[in-house]
Amino acid sequence: MARVVVDVMPKPEILDPQGKAVLGALPRLGFDLVTDVRQGKRFELQVDGEITDAVLARIEEVAGTLLSNPVIEDFEVHVEEHSVAEVAQGAGR
Amino acid sequence: MRVGVVTFPGSLDDVDARRAVSIGGNEAVALWHGDEDLKGVDAVVLPGGFSYGDYLRCGAISRFAPVMTSVIEAAGKGMPVLGICNGFQILCESHLLPGALIRNDHRRFVCVDQRLRMERVDTPWTSAYAPGQEVTIVLKNGEGGFVADEHTLDLLEGEGRVVARYLDGNPNGSLRDIAGISNERGNVVGLMPHPEHAVEDLTGPGTDGLGFFTSLVEHAFAGASA
Repeated sequence: MARVVVDVMPKPEILDPQGKAVLGALPRLGFDLVTDVRQGKRFELQVDGEITDAVLARIEEVAGTLLSNPVIEDFEVHVEEHSVAEVAQGAGR
Repeated sequence: MRVGVVTFPGSLDDVDARRAVSIGGNEAVALWHGDEDLKGVDAVVLPGGFSYGDYLRCGAISRFAPVMTSVIEAAGKGMPVLGICNGFQILCESHLLPGALIRNDHRRFVCVDQRLRMERVDTPWTSAYAPGQEVTIVLKNGEGGFVADEHTLDLLEGEGRVVARYLDGNPNGSLRDIAGISNERGNVVGLMPHPEHAVEDLTGPGTDGLGFFTSLVEHAFAGASA
């Protein structure tokens, strides 16, 4: 089984109140190295069979119609072997 | 006129909207999100609430509900469609209206009796109002900030498609104080405030919202005599 990841982020010119809230909380926790936070979404899609260009084109379509709203968000599609959970497990987190 | 009110999973204000439709002198017809059948209605209201739990983005999943296929098709043919709050979000996600609605800039849920100025009053939903009329209508939302690029905002204003604007301060960060917009033809209107909660003195800040539901009747008669 193959995995395709879609990252969705608010466009730079769109206000991101959630990111702002997170940024506001950081100094209170003593983290003063972070100067900006933008919050987005990551989708991990399991795909049957091989990931061909045709499959990726279909995923781009999914990303542009349902997973993101092109009016306010940008997206990026890439193939990734491991899920975040697997990477975290491997790192012993 | 027969006015359909769609219930999605998570709709909250569908019953109030049906009641407002009746008080406005029209027949309310309950429609179901999973059914493409519009039951022969003359107009459709997409009510407020949190359809599909606002998962993914507000209105994003509802936009693909079977009923929306029919609503989008009917809207294209000129059927009056009013989206209130979550309904407005669904109309934007459906691309029936431009722009999008994002989280309030101050990050708090807002629930107030909101002053508004009515601007576009030649639509089937707003013909009962006078141009520039100031009204008070309930506003309650967490993600009511209307955004669009500068070009789209200029276009909306240039073509007179801003239906209503916030007065006495901007409650949610909406660009250019926009509270509601319409498509070019005027049959599709999206509004963040809730006129269906302002149709009776007993339960609201007054009856300023009633015009959204009586306009249809006026519009029908105007059309018939034209």
